[in-house]
Formats: sequence, structure tokens, C-alpha cells
Amino acid sequence: MSELAVQPDDRTPRAEPDAIRVENIRKSFGVVTALEDVSLNLRPGEVLGLIGDNGAGKSTLIKILTGFHKPDSGRMFVHGEEVQLKSVTHARSLGIDTVFQDLALVPGLSVYHNMFLNREITRGVGPLRFLNNRAMRNRSREYLEAIGVRIQSMDAEVARMSGGQRQAIAIARTTHSNATIILLDEPLAAMGAREGALIIELITELKKRGDVSMIVIAHNYVHVFEMCDRVNLLRNGRIVFDKPTNETSVAELTSIVAEEYRVRNTQAG
Amino acid sequence: MTEAATAPRPPEPPQRASLGWRVAGAFARRREASIGVVLIGLVVYFSLRTDAFFGQENARVIAEFSAPIAIIAAGEVMLLICGEIDLSAGNVYAFSTWIFYFASHSWGLPIWLAVIVGLLSGSLVGVVNGVVTVFVGVPSFITTLGMIFLLNGLTLIMSGAFPVETPGGSTFFKFFGGGAYVTVYWALGVIVAMTILLNRTRWGLHTLATGGNLIGASESGVNVRRIKVGNFVLCSTLAALAGILESVRITSIQALQGGTQLMFYAVAAAVIGGTSLFGGSGTIIGAAIGVLVLAVLNLGFTLQGINAYTFDLVLGIAIIASMAFNVTLERIRQSGRLGTSR
Repeated sequence: MSELAVQPDDRTPRAEPDAIRVENIRKSFGVVTALEDVSLNLRPGEVLGLIGDNGAGKSTLIKILTGFHKPDSGRMFVHGEEVQLKSVTHARSLGIDTVFQDLALVPGLSVYHNMFLNREITRGVGPLRFLNNRAMRNRSREYLEAIGVRIQSMDAEVARMSGGQRQAIAIARTTHSNATIILLDEPLAAMGAREGALIIELITELKKRGDVSMIVIAHNYVHVFEMCDRVNLLRNGRIVFDKPTNETSVAELTSIVAEEYRVRNTQAG
Repeated sequence: MTEAATAPRPPEPPQRASLGWRVAGAFARRREASIGVVLIGLVVYFSLRTDAFFGQENARVIAEFSAPIAIIAAGEVMLLICGEIDLSAGNVYAFSTWIFYFASHSWGLPIWLAVIVGLLSGSLVGVVNGVVTVFVGVPSFITTLGMIFLLNGLTLIMSGAFPVETPGGSTFFKFFGGGAYVTVYWALGVIVAMTILLNRTRWGLHTLATGGNLIGASESGVNVRRIKVGNFVLCSTLAALAGILESVRITSIQALQGGTQLMFYAVAAAVIGGTSLFGGSGTIIGAAIGVLVLAVLNLGFTLQGINAYTFDLVLGIAIIASMAFNVTLERIRQSGRLGTSR
């Protein structure tokens, strides 16, 4: 599958349908329109970077793709099949999993309970089921070791973890969930350089596996070029720019965004 | 991924923490331990200061005082953990007992069926509390405050404010609250069952997650509304159980039994036992120890001839002190000064 990664600009139609395709998604919250008209596709095995200003609608879009919000209108296809996501659990059953910006970790719970939150390993008979803490603890340790993250104790509360460790836990639990489509909302936000490098490496490793497609929201364009095959720019609730990363540059992205600022300020002024 | 092996770490905790810090750490993680020490301290104090503390009759007084409070406290712990509270539990205690009475006496249902009807009436109150709080969005403090008056009025109207004799035959009494210590066995059963529910099942874990990070839990796909409504139902049903058990033990049903006094004891026990009013943490066993602290204080003061006003005074201090302790402890934990591994 690695040729997909090296030829992201191949635009000829292929037999394999898009991992995700959305058409004309619209979403408003009361009087605020978050997404005007968004159409977007994610090819199998691809890492798509999603950039845009604060308030451009990136997180709203991610939350629609993951079943957390329901769009007002528009269509969504997963691996070519049209779906209407009912819940996060529904999206998960289709192989879509998300690392939310707030990481969705519970600070007071242990590392392993967070790793397995809402996909707990249980044992028992029929409806009488109990948590299998030992299995969850051991597997959490395996998962984290596999991605090279050292955490002293699986029983430690997440409240005690650093930003990078928390991000690693959130990513590790997603990558071990049989997900084929992973959405990452600002995985590099609020992270030191060293921790950021770890997360980029995690994403790159994941991409090499070839069986997952990812959408990554990022602010730092340099990071986008390190991780992504293609980049989409979201502005005022629409996708206004869509190019493979090897056909564009940090300079071009910067100038586009700067141009927008100039236009907007002129209009406002 | 060799570079990743140099993974980010938290600031290294002192490898050889002093004994003091380690003990403090153990207490921080096992909040029940510190309240257990308080309980033992109280027992020692009262046994030295009074002659009759270890009498068999006293054990029974403590047990009978504790049993209904412990049953209700177990339900309140679940609700407090998921970030809600039920102020009406003490009134469900009265209301559902009357429903039980009418189901047996007026509608002629078999006694066991009447118990089930009584319990279901409690569950129904829980559903109303839960739906109004979770789906309508009224804070549970207000929802259940209203429910106190609603149920109290309803109970007074239904009963005509006259006490009645508890229905049921001798076999029923034997298993359901009559006789020495029967309510205590029920309370112990509830404590064990609820501890398993909280610590060993998905329901318990999701309750902790809901209170610990509401948005994060729902992003993870936890049905936080279901968890909350379910715990309202659980709390009310347990309150109904406590009411019916007590009515059998004392063989009569009063219109004004239970009430807010009983509910406040249960919430106080939960808080003294380390359950956070902010949600996200708490234990059933801690609440049970909290109940025993209240019971020992109550008995000890009675034996010393100190009146009920002093009991309230000490209870007030205990609640404020334990909450202040909790909040301070949380601040220390956040600053990461206590040891990491359990």
C-alpha cells in the first residue's frame, strides 16, 4: 500500500473508493453557521492535513465525521457506502476513530482504564460481566511499549501524565481499536518540541502500516508537510484550497492565508 | 522508533520519598484509610471515656442506626460520583414505604409483590429526577429539592398523616427487616453489591468517567445521559428499599419518616468517606465507614449524656473539615508531590 503514500497526487479514478467522502455538509449552531458547504474526500492510506484559522470549523467537521455532531444537511460515504452516523459508537463500528483535541481522557482514572474506556475487556457470563483489569493493564503496557512510550505505571492516574504522554495514550488507544480511519484534532497543540516530534513519528509509523487513513488538524505548516500527503484549507465553513503537499509549499500556504487576512481586513476596514 | 524511546516523562518524582510523604501518598490514594483511622480513634476515645461502650446492646444500636443510612449513602455515592445529587432520597424512603403499604393493604397484592411495587415506585421517582435533570437540564440540586416537597405532600395526602402497622406475615418479617440485625445484613449486601458495581463493572467505570470528564466520556462514546439517569434510579430504588426494611423492623409506617435529615446523614457519610461533591471520585466502602463514624459519634454522645445539638455541631464540623481536607488534598495531588505508583 506504500505506493499510495508516495503518489498522493494520482488523481486518476481508482477502483478503491474513498475512505471518507462528504458532500455539501452544512452545520449551524443556532444562528452561528459553523460549516457552510464542505465537500472533502480522504483516500485510502492517505494522511490529509486540515488547516484553517481558529473558528474556521475544523473541529466541527471532525466531530461530524466521528458521529458526535449530526450535520444539518449533506451526505457522507464511508468506503463508498452512504451512512448517517448516529453516534460515536456507530462511527467506531465503521472503523472511524478520533483523537479529540481535549483527548477525551479522564484525569482521575488510571492509564489502562483510559486506554480501554468504553471498549473495556470484560469476563463473565451473559449480562453478568466484570472488568478484566489484569488484561487491560497488560495490553496497555504492550501498546505503549510498541510505540516506544514509557510510562512507569499503568495504574497511575492520567492526571499525573505530561502533555506528550497523554497524547500518546490517546493515540495508542485509537490505533489499537481496529480503526481504519483515524481523525486527529490538533495532536500537536500545547506540546513541547520533543513531545511534538514523538507524535509526528507516531503518525508517520502509523501511516507506514498502510491500512489506515488519517485526517490531521494542524496549525504548524511545517508539521503538515512532515506528516501529510495532501492539504486542505478550511475557511469560513468551506474548503478553499486542496493540493498534494508535494505540489505546494509552506510559502504558498502562508501567502494564501496572508492574502485572506489582507482581504478580510480590507473588507472589515 | 529509537528516538521515541526517549519518550517524554513527567517531572521525576523523588525516587526515595521520605516515609512521611509515602504515608501521606497512601492516604491520598486510599481516602478510606484516613477516615478509618478517625473511626478507630473515636471508638478508642469513647470506650475510654464511657463504661458501657462495648455492650452488646450498643453494637445493635450502632448497627440499626447505620443500616438504612448506609443503604441510601451507597446510592448517593454513585450519583455524587457522576456529578449529581439526590436530595429527595429521604422522602422516597417515606413515599415508597406508603406505596408498599397500599399495595399490600388496599390493593390486596401478595406481600412480596407489594415490596416490588414499593421499590418500583422509588425507581419511578428516580426516572423523573433523572429525566428532568439530564434531558430538561434543570440542575439536580433543584430537581430533587422540588421532589422533596412534592413527595412529602403526596405522602401526607395519601396517608392522612396517621401511622399504620406494617403489613406482612412472620416469614416475611424474618427475611425482610424484622428481627435483630436483618436490616444490617441487607445493608452489608447492598454495600458489597454496590462496591462490585462501582469497582468491577463497566457501569461503575463509566460512572467515574462521566463525573471525571463529562465531555471526554461522551466523546469516548460513553452514554453519559444513560449513566446519570440510571444512577438516579439506583439511588431512589435503594432509598425505597431502606424505607421498606425499616418499616418492617419498627413494625409501623409514619408519614414523616426519613425525610431530609436521613438524606443529609447519607450525603454527609459519603462526603466524610471521601466522595467528592465535584464528581469523579468516591468509594462505597468510604461512605460505609462514614456512616459508622456518624453512628459512633451519635452513640458516644448519647452515652456521655451530650445532647443532640452537640451531635449536629460536631457533624457540621466533620463535613466542613473533610471537604476542606479533600479539596486541599486534590490541590496537592495536582501539584504531583505525592508518589506515583500505587
